[in-house]
Amino acid sequence: MAQLPYIAAIDAGIHQEMRRDPSVLYFGQNLATTENHEFVAAYGHDRVRVTPISETAEIGMAIGAAMAGFRPVVELYMAEFMLVAMDQVLNEAPKFRYMSGGQVKVPLVLKAGFGFACGWAGQHTGSLTALFMGVPGLKVVVPSTAADAKGLMATSIRDDNPVVFMHHYLLTLEHGEVPDGEHLVPFGQAAIRRTGGDVTLVATGWMVNRALAAAEALAKEGIQAEVIDPRTVAPLDLDTILKSVAKTGRLVVVDQAPRHATVGGIIAADVVEHGFESLRAPIIQVNARDTTVPYSEPLEAYVIPDEARICAAVRKVCKTAR
Amino acid sequence: MSVPNAQRQIDMLTKMLRIREFEERVKRTFTDHPGVIRGHTHLADGAEASIVGSLSHFKKGDAALATYRCHGYPIALGTDTKAMMAEILGRVDGLCKGLGGSMHLTDVKKGFLGTSGIVGAGIPHAAGAAWAAQIRKKREVVFCFFGDGASKQGAFAETLNIASLWKLPVIFVMENNGYNVVTTSAQEDANAAAGQPLSIKAKSFAMPGVTVDGTDPLAVAAAVGKAVRRARRGDGPTLVESKVYRLSAHGNIIAPPGVPLHYPEHEAITVFGKREEYEAALRGDPVPRFRGILVQNGTLTAAAADAITQKVVAEMEAAVKFAVASPYPKLESALDHVYA
Ligand SMILES: Cc1ncc(C[n+]2csc(CCOP(=O)(O)OP(=O)(O)O)c2C)c(N)n1
Ligand SMILES: [Mg+2]
Repeated sequence: MAQLPYIAAIDAGIHQEMRRDPSVLYFGQNLATTENHEFVAAYGHDRVRVTPISETAEIGMAIGAAMAGFRPVVELYMAEFMLVAMDQVLNEAPKFRYMSGGQVKVPLVLKAGFGFACGWAGQHTGSLTALFMGVPGLKVVVPSTAADAKGLMATSIRDDNPVVFMHHYLLTLEHGEVPDGEHLVPFGQAAIRRTGGDVTLVATGWMVNRALAAAEALAKEGIQAEVIDPRTVAPLDLDTILKSVAKTGRLVVVDQAPRHATVGGIIAADVVEHGFESLRAPIIQVNARDTTVPYSEPLEAYVIPDEARICAAVRKVCKTAR
Repeated sequence: MSVPNAQRQIDMLTKMLRIREFEERVKRTFTDHPGVIRGHTHLADGAEASIVGSLSHFKKGDAALATYRCHGYPIALGTDTKAMMAEILGRVDGLCKGLGGSMHLTDVKKGFLGTSGIVGAGIPHAAGAAWAAQIRKKREVVFCFFGDGASKQGAFAETLNIASLWKLPVIFVMENNGYNVVTTSAQEDANAAAGQPLSIKAKSFAMPGVTVDGTDPLAVAAAVGKAVRRARRGDGPTLVESKVYRLSAHGNIIAPPGVPLHYPEHEAITVFGKREEYEAALRGDPVPRFRGILVQNGTLTAAAADAITQKVVAEMEAAVKFAVASPYPKLESALDHVYA
């Protein structure tokens, strides 16, 4: 075990896979521009390349290389830059296997940071996870700890499908214990970050931290919250969430996206459909307010869900419980 | 083709000095007032001559669009620097009410229509505004500013084709500072790698392409002037490659909250170890150079130039003071302006 920042743990996951599998490629903008770049030094320019600012070509070429037998990892820095190549991400990569009747596979990883709510204003702060989550053929991964960052990256690279790897930018420097040797975290297995019997909180990315902080505050009021981090939202481990709700009878979903663009809303709908009898109170969604993320510091804080709003939602579901 | 007269040249120098001083103040604010500027800022230092030379042809009714590196243009167009600085500090008196910040300065009253943080995105916006100008038939033109790196976006190729095909009154000013963050042009551009100027890209779109020394405001004014006349005549767009060197790093460091932000050294030094390249650019700094030329050829006296500098320093000092004193907007104002 080593203490690593989240960002270094992601790199460790890429290294782990590049060392064992020569078909793994890593490329993107502003990467590997000198010979002493750690990935160039380790794997050479055939496999590690800098690209121009050409997301459509970068992602489209990843698809082509994947169909031709490689496993590309595209460094996109910010999830929004993928939007330039919406067709490649949402309408090409996830569909070629299906449309070819299973003849081709498209194993690639789109590594994209998101949610950088620290003064990056309207176009670099989005939480776009839900946009990718509903596309059959696409897998979507949202690590919230350093260990998961490494293990989920490695699993993403080994997966035979296109994977959107959404790392939260506000977690970049958060340290955590990371297993040294080969480390893989399976898809579709939620992590229970805190156990509790009164209410279930579901959150992804940086919102897991806020949910945990809220849970600690609520514990002082005698409310025990169970905090669940799905870790991958496609596939989604609904079972773990349903089991928790069966125990607590109450669900609050926390999501950094605006109300109608959330993973949380989709989870809430699934829980209503499959766990209605367990629910003792209406589900509450704690989301970003319905606006573009503003630049100004207090306004940004007002828009993004915080501990106080999570606590208020929990108190409300506890009060209205049947 | 006429050279700007003495007064206009002094006016150009003044604007260059104002842009430089504004950017110096932004940079200094990271240390003088830690934490008040957040996120990412991108400075125009090194590009002053290119910006001012280009916009010396701007007439009322024209429009300009640019990128996240957007502090220079509004200064050249006459935007209030107090409101600009207040925006960069996220204050209620900000140009965009604190909603947009450094990367999205906009001043529609002055013809500065908007700035995108997404590389290449503004290029089609400019062509669209030029289409509007074409329909209005008032001989108005649109100035479209973007970086060398942006010419590798699909939006660049798609837009230059339509603009040429439709003979849109737009001037594509590519500020070639030799870098896309830490990637040199030769590492990412097929023309640059082949030793060709980036203006050669115009050829594939059947429009004129010229390369100009972007550190010389009069040379830029001449090249852009020709493009503007062509556009106003209805003959279509031009691609002007303006060669500049950004004198600061790409932007302030990128870090999560809690890490103090600042401007590191230029990437030529920190990444490529080419200090000499950077120092050569400093020696060619367009702002002191143009001042030197005007003093030397008697357009203005050294004392008069100093007086301009003093005024500019006072203006920008006041802008920072104003911005720091300006309150934050009301929280609920975060919900304004989502829809018209
Ligand atoms: C579509 C997209 N991809 C990547 C980025 C990240 N990015 C921001 S600025 C920049 C460099 C742009 O270089 P250039 O066009 O030369 O402009 P300069 O910053 O040098 O003025 C990059 C890659 C972005 N903002 N948008
Ligand atoms: Mg550049």
